[in-house]
Amino acid sequence: MKQGNGTVPRIGVYVCHCGTNIAGNVDVKAVVDFASKLPGVVVAREYKYMCSDPGQSLIKNDIREKNLNRVIVASCSPHLHEHTFRHATLEGGQNPYLFHMVNIREQVSWVTEDKMSATEKAKALVEAAVYRVRYHEALETKEVPVNPDVLIIGGGIAGITAALTLANAGKKVYLVERDYSIGGHMAKFDKTFPTLDCASCILTPKMTAVKDHPNIHLFTYSEILEIDGYVGNFTARILKKPRYVIEDRCIGCYVCVEHCVYKTPKFPSEFDEGLGLRKPVFIPFPQAVPLIAAIDPETCIEFKSHRCKKTCQEACRDLVGRDAIDFTQREEVVEVQVGAIIVATGFKTFDARRIPEYGYGRYPNVYTSLEIERLVNSSGPTGGEIVMRDGRKPRRVGIIHCVGSRDRNFNPWCSRVCCMYSLKLAHLVRERTGAEVYNFYIDIRTPGKGYEEFYEKLMQEGVHFIRGKVAEVTDWTITPEETGKLVIRVEDSLVGVVRRIPVDMVILSVGLEPRDDAEEVRRQLNISCSSEGWFLERHPKLAPVSTFTDGIFIAGACQGPKDIPDTVAQAGAAAAEALALIDRGSVELEPNIAVIDEQKCSGCHVCIALCPYSAIAFNEEKNVAVINEALCKGCGVCVGTCPSKAITQQLFTDEELLAEIEGVLLV
Amino acid sequence: MAYVYYPGCSLKGTGVSYEKSLLATFKRLNIPLQELDDWNCCGATSYMSISEEQALLLSARNLALASENDGDIIAPCSACYMILNRTANILRDDRTLRQKIVEKLKNVGLEHLNLSVRVRHPLDVLVNDVGLDTIRSAVVNKLTGLRVFPYYGCLIVRPGNGFDHPTYPTSLDRLLEALGCEVIDHPLKTRCCGGSLTGTLEEVGVRLVYILLKEAKKRGAHTLATLCALCQFNLDVYQEKAARKYNEAFDFPILFFTQLVAFALGANPRDIGLEHHFVPAEQVFEMVR
Repeated sequence: MKQGNGTVPRIGVYVCHCGTNIAGNVDVKAVVDFASKLPGVVVAREYKYMCSDPGQSLIKNDIREKNLNRVIVASCSPHLHEHTFRHATLEGGQNPYLFHMVNIREQVSWVTEDKMSATEKAKALVEAAVYRVRYHEALETKEVPVNPDVLIIGGGIAGITAALTLANAGKKVYLVERDYSIGGHMAKFDKTFPTLDCASCILTPKMTAVKDHPNIHLFTYSEILEIDGYVGNFTARILKKPRYVIEDRCIGCYVCVEHCVYKTPKFPSEFDEGLGLRKPVFIPFPQAVPLIAAIDPETCIEFKSHRCKKTCQEACRDLVGRDAIDFTQREEVVEVQVGAIIVATGFKTFDARRIPEYGYGRYPNVYTSLEIERLVNSSGPTGGEIVMRDGRKPRRVGIIHCVGSRDRNFNPWCSRVCCMYSLKLAHLVRERTGAEVYNFYIDIRTPGKGYEEFYEKLMQEGVHFIRGKVAEVTDWTITPEETGKLVIRVEDSLVGVVRRIPVDMVILSVGLEPRDDAEEVRRQLNISCSSEGWFLERHPKLAPVSTFTDGIFIAGACQGPKDIPDTVAQAGAAAAEALALIDRGSVELEPNIAVIDEQKCSGCHVCIALCPYSAIAFNEEKNVAVINEALCKGCGVCVGTCPSKAITQQLFTDEELLAEIEGVLLV
Repeated sequence: MAYVYYPGCSLKGTGVSYEKSLLATFKRLNIPLQELDDWNCCGATSYMSISEEQALLLSARNLALASENDGDIIAPCSACYMILNRTANILRDDRTLRQKIVEKLKNVGLEHLNLSVRVRHPLDVLVNDVGLDTIRSAVVNKLTGLRVFPYYGCLIVRPGNGFDHPTYPTSLDRLLEALGCEVIDHPLKTRCCGGSLTGTLEEVGVRLVYILLKEAKKRGAHTLATLCALCQFNLDVYQEKAARKYNEAFDFPILFFTQLVAFALGANPRDIGLEHHFVPAEQVFEMVR
């Protein structure tokens, strides 16, 4: 066996049971016996929960009493508890980087039912660690100051809540929203479940507060181009798209809209889900924040032919005296420095056209739930009156739950909000029209404060509930009663018969999905996504708003489907986590970075071009490459490519890796 | 591209007008269509339920014969299309079964079983290989004003066969539009035609026929376009019974879609098998002229 780094290694090995998580599949005692006989091992122990206080005390006491200078814990993933055990090593009086962690849970006990091979693999990994740690050296961490400003991506209720919390704590916030106005999906809703309080009355004051807050810098109609840097010191490049209206001149007076050459609105309004119309120059909705007009170049005559009379511009200049319209406006890139980032990019709704048998897009009286939200909204395209596309008022309405959700053909997950919003819409439709309302559900899921009571209330109101997955919505009618109606065909699984329910209007309760560009955003921020595309939290229970990238937090439906109360709670949590980071003032950087041996460096520049983080500069005087410790992420690209073998990566030196391989192969 | 034509029993029997019009269509498009030499029964559904292995062997023999040729197999009958595809899928997935079948095929001198040979429906080939633009420009008798009720039947878009959406297919609609037809959108595109129930439980079978005919009438169709020999047979032959039973007059020529395509491409109406129909079909083409 090779010698280590000079000091005689005195190794302590601790094998964790993790309750039955590890001990259920790995013969822990056999691993401990095996470890105790390995060279350099002074003590080997097992314990039920190594991460608990008594577990950590074992390490600390052994370091003191048995003069350990290396510590190995074989337990779970380093993602979970590396920090815990490094800290215990430090408390015991040794440098934390003399500790090494072996993962025998996620990589051993959880992935097999074969106890024999699990135990053998655990032994091999432990032996590898024993060989490796002898090359470990005491490493120093570097502290860097944290920029106290925060970037929030997404101006829905999650982003708004987080921004206000941080701004009220005195932090400077940059809030970036892709759309013309903040408010997100919630701004489109009329009422919110289960209390039926008006969405506008609770949201719009917050939107105004964001606009007026001296600590919040709002970027609307803007997107993130690039994020650079690391925890405490990020640089974000923000693209401000042209709205062809100068923001600080516009007062939202609508004069330009009134004087557009189009006398009446002609183009589908995005905010009204296409149920209402707008002009090429428009304000998305009256409560928009900021209340600023925008011109859509896709529909504006001036952009298409350059032959418009530009009456909007003339009116703004001559009637209002603001001269805010600028057809030559260009996009602009702004760079900001922040210490923490909160991602609150929200969700998109399932495209109901993907289920053609439900008829969306074919039958005009089939609506998505988001369209109905606009239809029941008193500031919506019909002023809150529920009339169908053919102008009639519905007398019978069917609401189909789980459209695109809980379906192996589409999305396997439950979208969590659809049951409750379907009940809410059922209530509102019945209240406004007196229509008979039928809910078609697989299971009603109402776990939340006051939610089950709301369901009970709906049943008492006389809303019908039919349990069964709808087969199709069809205009194939048989009886006179069905004539002129849409027929919902469903197996009523409580009665055990196939039923045909004729209705005037169908509402599809579409599920929630990750946004189309979630993968792109994920890559930009270097965070993780679940296989479905939701952003991944650091721990599903104990770190629900942290990501695996320090300094970046997530909040709201971009992490998974959730309703407004849960979104707001998460946004508060994300703000608190960001505050904790900022107020600490500095962060320790992991020492797993690359180091250049100036003696060996030939100054060939190869590493500089390859570094993905631009962390390597060149010192002309000494003719050597120089790594910026703060920028290096420890990816190892330069280490592998240096032709002179002048670069090593701390914690992953050649000696350490070769010893580890040797240890694995020896068993 | 050359194709191997697998007629199956129906295109030589009740669906002979399907065969005539299919051949006429490919001739007008100058696409060679070579009938598979020495083909046998596809195995059909009834055999499958009695002895799966025998049925697969029967079906696989056709695939083995076709392996000697280049090019995809065209199987116009929906049942043949489904069963040949199913056989290829099963044998691709199940190694043991495949070995057995391969052995047995060798006993009768078929050395080669190429399971990557594709079994195609002519609708798929016309829409996706030939392409609608080619067809549109090859139309000489535009079917303007002809209101057609496209009917796919249950088999060809079953999940897994997959050249179109399993519940709301549109290939036939688009093809008919390219011929100039006025295509009627309706929700019964893949609803059952009655299948073999017309022979076993006639009351049920006739009711299913009636549902389709009634809906086509309600939506103002001049004719129904089918792509399966059994669908065409049921809707054509049992039309009179449905009319009598439900006391409603029907006079619907039930066409194979290939008859419409062949005619539009300029085939002689005498060559597309109109004489084999129960409900006189000539009226459709007189209407267009």
